[in-house]
Amino acid sequence: MESFIHVIILSMLVTTAIAIVKVKDLFAVTMLAGIYGLLSASFFVLMDAHDVAFTEAAVGAGISTLLILTTLSMTGRFEKAADTPGSNYKPALALALVTLTGALLIYGTQDMPVFGAADAPVQTHVVPRYLNDSAAEIDIPNVVASVLASYRGYDTFGEVVVIFTAGIGVLALIMSTASKAPVALRASMEEHVVLRIVSKMLIPLILIFGLYVQFHGEYGPGGGFQAGVIFASAFFLYAMLFGLTAARKVVNNTWVQALAALGVLLYGSVGLLAMINGGNFLDYNFLAQDDVHGQHMGILFVELGVGITVASVMIIIFFTFSTRRQRDGDPD
Amino acid sequence: MEFLGLFNYWVVIVLMMIGFYIVICSNNLIKKLIGLTIFQTSVFIMYISMGKIDGGTAPILAEGVTLYSNPLTHVLILTAIVVGIATTALGLAIVVRIKESYGTVEEDDIHAKDKQA
Amino acid sequence: MIVHLSVLQVIIPLMAAPACLLLRKRELVWAFATLATFVTFAVSVLLLSQVMQSGAISYDMGGWEAPWGIEYRIDMLNAPLLVLISGISAIALLAARTSIENEIPENRHSFFYIAWLLCMAGLLGITATGDAFNVFVFLEISSLATYTLIALGKDRRALWASFQYLVAGTIGATFILIGIGLMYVMTGTLNMADLAQRLPEVENTKTVFTAFAFFIVGVCMKLALFPLHLWLPNAYAFAPSIVTTFLAATATKVAVYVMIRFIFDVFGFEFSFTHFPLQEILMTLGIAGIFVASIVAINQDNLKRMLAYSSVAQIGYLILGISFASQTGIMATLLHMLNHGLMKGALFLAMAAVVYRMGVANLSQMHGIASRMPLTMAAFLIGGLSLIGVPLTVGFVSKWYLVSAALENGWWPVAAAILLGSLLSVIYIWRVIEVAYFKSVSNNTPDVKEAPASILIPMWILVLANLYFGMDTSLTVSVTQMAAADLFGGLL
Repeated sequence: MESFIHVIILSMLVTTAIAIVKVKDLFAVTMLAGIYGLLSASFFVLMDAHDVAFTEAAVGAGISTLLILTTLSMTGRFEKAADTPGSNYKPALALALVTLTGALLIYGTQDMPVFGAADAPVQTHVVPRYLNDSAAEIDIPNVVASVLASYRGYDTFGEVVVIFTAGIGVLALIMSTASKAPVALRASMEEHVVLRIVSKMLIPLILIFGLYVQFHGEYGPGGGFQAGVIFASAFFLYAMLFGLTAARKVVNNTWVQALAALGVLLYGSVGLLAMINGGNFLDYNFLAQDDVHGQHMGILFVELGVGITVASVMIIIFFTFSTRRQRDGDPD
Repeated sequence: MEFLGLFNYWVVIVLMMIGFYIVICSNNLIKKLIGLTIFQTSVFIMYISMGKIDGGTAPILAEGVTLYSNPLTHVLILTAIVVGIATTALGLAIVVRIKESYGTVEEDDIHAKDKQA
Repeated sequence: MIVHLSVLQVIIPLMAAPACLLLRKRELVWAFATLATFVTFAVSVLLLSQVMQSGAISYDMGGWEAPWGIEYRIDMLNAPLLVLISGISAIALLAARTSIENEIPENRHSFFYIAWLLCMAGLLGITATGDAFNVFVFLEISSLATYTLIALGKDRRALWASFQYLVAGTIGATFILIGIGLMYVMTGTLNMADLAQRLPEVENTKTVFTAFAFFIVGVCMKLALFPLHLWLPNAYAFAPSIVTTFLAATATKVAVYVMIRFIFDVFGFEFSFTHFPLQEILMTLGIAGIFVASIVAINQDNLKRMLAYSSVAQIGYLILGISFASQTGIMATLLHMLNHGLMKGALFLAMAAVVYRMGVANLSQMHGIASRMPLTMAAFLIGGLSLIGVPLTVGFVSKWYLVSAALENGWWPVAAAILLGSLLSVIYIWRVIEVAYFKSVSNNTPDVKEAPASILIPMWILVLANLYFGMDTSLTVSVTQMAAADLFGGLL
């Protein structure tokens, strides 16, 4: 049964990908890309990667679709016909390059351990320590959270910085400066009374769910990143329904930027604190008398840092894009 | 799942290559970025497939379970997904600016305008 | 704190960046960013001296020993590069405040410095880490910051250049990710030292062969090896001048470092040069890169673009040094990495000064410019001589070792090619000198003054470094010699 679903999802992925190549309407392409994200999330569930599925659904089907749609509303919905004279459209060359690359990869798979093998190096080296000892060393059930926040906590620090960098990049490039004469920014769905009332009730629930995902990450799928995205989505919803001007009153630019910075600083400070207490950077054992207790505290705070930065940066990115879209064009 | 053997990887490679093809063959910048997303997501699928173990469950420790899928690939891909969305967001920001200053988001039109200048 | 130096030199800029966002005021942000960079520079100098005294340093992040945790590993190979990155960054930041006045809108300055710090932290992180996946994470930090910095250029072509780099860079990074994944599936580890130990068992597999190919192609995209260099010239030409100074002196060097680390340390000399036709490929592309890029450079009017093509040519020399597959060859590459950082730093800072005064750096508008900006053009002249490889400059030292490495292998034609390549650089540098010094001022030349001291001083620091390390080679040569010996340690 499982392998049947496996094959079905894979073929749906291939179909979606081919459709993306063919379709010229970028709105449809964006939706297909969202579907692709959702399908891969389902695939990840099948592969026992619940945390990844959660994130891919939030990012691939959620955030990135939203951002692309916002951009499309500024750049136009349709792709130009490819074979106009003078274009450098060379499908044959591209196809040759892609076929060559793919052939090399397929060649490379021939000596790979077969799919699902229990004696593959990935299952027998390094990972057993996480699975067997994390219960004693870190004592939280979700091994993904242990590896993410502690064993490879430094990678996750890098990940937070990546998100922060994207936020800085978006601000540096498209932050609108002409805020002196605010035009009345109308919400796209202002007239829909039912939507507005229902969403008003939904928003607090979304926020609470965000907090749940944030603090429950040690026990089940979830954690700072997913929580940050969910938390931010409540603000997106508010902005879409009540207009950017109204949303701006709730989220102050300066404060959100400060929070984005503070999340990164919180993560780094946990590392530095461990260092001051005599351990290595991010060695949570040095945060408390008891090693396991220290690990718990460390993970709690770094996940909080991740959550704060992710939520703030997502809000920054979304608001910067939307404001750019709605303001009267004055290129700087 | 034995019969899946390496077949799973081959399909994933096809997916990766479709994404790669969209990147290099699209004239529209937004479609290029979507292609990059497809390319990257397919690489994520490859990683996650590598970590799957037959009969295993999600790596959340529980009584009576002995076989878990590889949590490390999950962690790596969580990071990679974040990197992916960061790249997409920044790329779109640049596209917005390109539209504003060139008036187009089609690669050959941009080339044409650069040649005139 | 001494034991933490290796991690401090990455997390100081990494945490200074968000702190800058809290400061907001651009003057304050500049001062803080510069201070943080100088501290980072001091840390990396201390690290280098520590490595020279007591050998390689390993640092376990989070206290988890490798391969379960992430390891930082500083040895003779990466310690000098850390000094170069933080040093060039510190010197360039001194000039940045003035240089970006005319190139970037004022309300973007704070973001500019933050992106700069992130870019530097990313480059340092790639260099310091001993974990293959951590390389990818920090590569993306530096890449995203770099796309931002390039797109901040004044000309709209900067946006297009940045986008092209973003696409090329992401394809490169994804190839690297595929390579790392295939290494991981065969070995079950991500730690470089552990990989080096476990890869030989499986080195005859098609999977490892493919992993190597994808990883190296991905890195070549990042280091702009001919013919994957297409993103580089426009990115360097249209980025804010001070950004070009920093990137040209450091970013591609880091990619070359990653390549050396994986070829020699992770996959090992045996595998790279016997299982894989690496020597032939690298030599061909290196030489082709030198000639094609140098010839294109000769025809450029935009001098930033000319120097960008020259950088592509110089990458050719670096790759050529690797292809010799000898201790002298690799030493020449390492030496040239450092030296080329110094020359391109000085040359691009001179261009930053020209752009600051004239708005552009087009040769057609520079007739007799040396009489108006004598100190700037003198710096360009010395930097140019260094690029050509005239004695008493750093360029001579690295060319010398490159040629002797070629001769050591008995490759006369390659040695001749290196000299011929230098001849081409004489041509493109001479064009500038001729126009700037020997043409009289024409109507086309804007009436400009010498650059302000805030750009001149950093520029001349780099020029003097070019001369100093050209005459006193004891430090650079001994360091790179030790690094090369380490890389070949297992073989000899």
